[in-house]
Amino acid sequence: MRIEVQVLPRQGTPRFFSTGLLLASIAAGLAAVGVVFAMAGVNPFYALYKIFAGSFGSLYGLGETVTKAIPLILIGAGLALAYRGRFWNVGAEGQLLAGASAATWIGLNLALPHPLLIAAMFVGGFLAGAAWGCLIALLKGRFGVNEVISSLMLNYIAYELITLLITGPWKGKTQHGFPYTDDFAPAAQLWLIPGTRIHLLTLVLALLTAFALFVLMRRSRFGYELRVMGENPEAARYAGIRFLGVSAVLMAVSGGVAGVAGVGEVAAIHHHLSAPTSISSGYGFTAIIVAWLAKLNPAACVASGFFFAGILVGGDAIQVSLGLPAATVQVFNGMLLLFLIAGNFFLANRLVVRVR
Amino acid sequence: MNPLVVSVLDRTIAAGTPLLLATLGEILAERSGVQNLGMEGMMAVGAVSGFMAALHTGNPWIGVAAAMAAAAALALLHAFTAVILKVNQVVSGLAVAMLGTGIAGLIGKPYMGVPLPNQLPALRTPLLADIPVLGDILFDKDPLFYFSVVLGLALAFLLARTRWGMRVRSVGENPAAAAVQGVRVSRVRILCTLAGGALAGMGGAHLSLVYSKSWAEGLTGGRGWIVVALTIFTLWRPLRAFLGAFLFGGIFVLQYVLQPLGIPTNLLSMLPYAATLLVLVLGGLSRENRGRHEPAALGEPYMRGER
Repeated sequence: MRIEVQVLPRQGTPRFFSTGLLLASIAAGLAAVGVVFAMAGVNPFYALYKIFAGSFGSLYGLGETVTKAIPLILIGAGLALAYRGRFWNVGAEGQLLAGASAATWIGLNLALPHPLLIAAMFVGGFLAGAAWGCLIALLKGRFGVNEVISSLMLNYIAYELITLLITGPWKGKTQHGFPYTDDFAPAAQLWLIPGTRIHLLTLVLALLTAFALFVLMRRSRFGYELRVMGENPEAARYAGIRFLGVSAVLMAVSGGVAGVAGVGEVAAIHHHLSAPTSISSGYGFTAIIVAWLAKLNPAACVASGFFFAGILVGGDAIQVSLGLPAATVQVFNGMLLLFLIAGNFFLANRLVVRVR
Repeated sequence: MNPLVVSVLDRTIAAGTPLLLATLGEILAERSGVQNLGMEGMMAVGAVSGFMAALHTGNPWIGVAAAMAAAAALALLHAFTAVILKVNQVVSGLAVAMLGTGIAGLIGKPYMGVPLPNQLPALRTPLLADIPVLGDILFDKDPLFYFSVVLGLALAFLLARTRWGMRVRSVGENPAAAAVQGVRVSRVRILCTLAGGALAGMGGAHLSLVYSKSWAEGLTGGRGWIVVALTIFTLWRPLRAFLGAFLFGGIFVLQYVLQPLGIPTNLLSMLPYAATLLVLVLGGLSRENRGRHEPAALGEPYMRGER
């Protein structure tokens, strides 16, 4: 007896199948995360229960989940756009930090009335993130530098630059020697929904961004060009689509919205610039999976961003209660991404098993 | 000679060894057509599992073996998704990198700051070690350093001059033609990815067992990504990996050399990352040169029956 496995391309997939496959991939990914937990000596059922109870199980947890969904939706939507054009931006962490630092400088140094100052901080944050992102497009378009490497290197560089600023020239005189900038005046702080840390303005911006980028991708000439570039670079070249031009705009948008996420974090949550790892708890990396889970659809990032925000909040909860390190979230990120892309295989192919 | 210079060169070799091991691994995988962006995760997993095994068994050699096995297991995941399922190699590599750093942080937490009692002994090469200056720097070293040098030379020879090397190269250049010649494309690619992962694991073990003699979260500090950049810099040739790895080893050490000059530490910590960007930009200036050496089917999944 011989068992033969054949891989055949699938013709057309019904919607229920692709949705079911997505859910199955998530379930399998979570099961695999459970295996890793078990290997690390943590009861996986207890850990997973704790995670989802911590994030979705109480009103407080839900508020925190919405708070953390804000940067994830913003960045995820921008990354979905970039990945559609096959531009592998993994530097959102650095772009977020660039936005956070620009907003900090504006918030501490410009004497403007509240609405104007907030507007200036958001614009400044967007521009800083866009500039940090465009650098990656420029390096790739002009010198052929692999964008995965350059964007990661720029993350490390942003980390060091900010640490330099907050321990050196920007170190606050009122912070008793702690490595923070001075606290923002009330005019530079965002309004929070009482009893939560939800900054409504950034939340609205995030939802608008997700929708706007969806329209941009589906309905605009630029969106068309970037999809051609992603699906068939050869054809894009023949059609006269300029790689540098498209990827620069792409990275300006993707980096810019990450910068906006950074503005929200400093203006609403921290009220000062502090260590890079406390400003962003890895939002730039988690947002990569947010974009994939949304199947690179910016609008769907609202849902997937909310889901992953839950994992971040629950992850914080089990870090405290089970004494796990911050890297735990990376296990979720990596495992779920792996299962999501593996799931895509079954979307395009079917296995035929024959026993002879 | 100035003892400072000797100790700087000595540390340069130590800092360059893990880079050399992992770069040779990435060269092997990429020559067969598989881009492995998961190196950072594999080095991290190698570093932590090597440290744990060495600590518990008291034998650093078992540590090295465990590091290679653990990293190869992670590489198997990448090989499975990239070669068998034929998904995008960039995304698969990223996923494996995150998973590896996550697992390393998770299982390594109880080992942070634990000292390592049993270390890999330095081996003095008879006679050569007595050469003034050079003897101490090059011939009184840990065994993994010697291994990395031999491996680099061997890999250069094997790839360029043997049937085995021709198979690996043909799979990376033109898998369809290789398949016609009877080469089993997927098998070669999977094996090269596994071997590359094992070497990344050995590099990680060198970091935790020799270079720092301890485990800390973030010990790899982006070295896995630098390795991917170095592979481009070497134009996929093992001999040039020596140059790249020890150049960057020197840059890692340079941070500590320049510290007494009063330059802020954060600026100095930026050096390896800025240098990586610089090296890639310089490489980009002669893009035709790179195009000539890059394996033609790098990153392209091979579909049987397609041409």
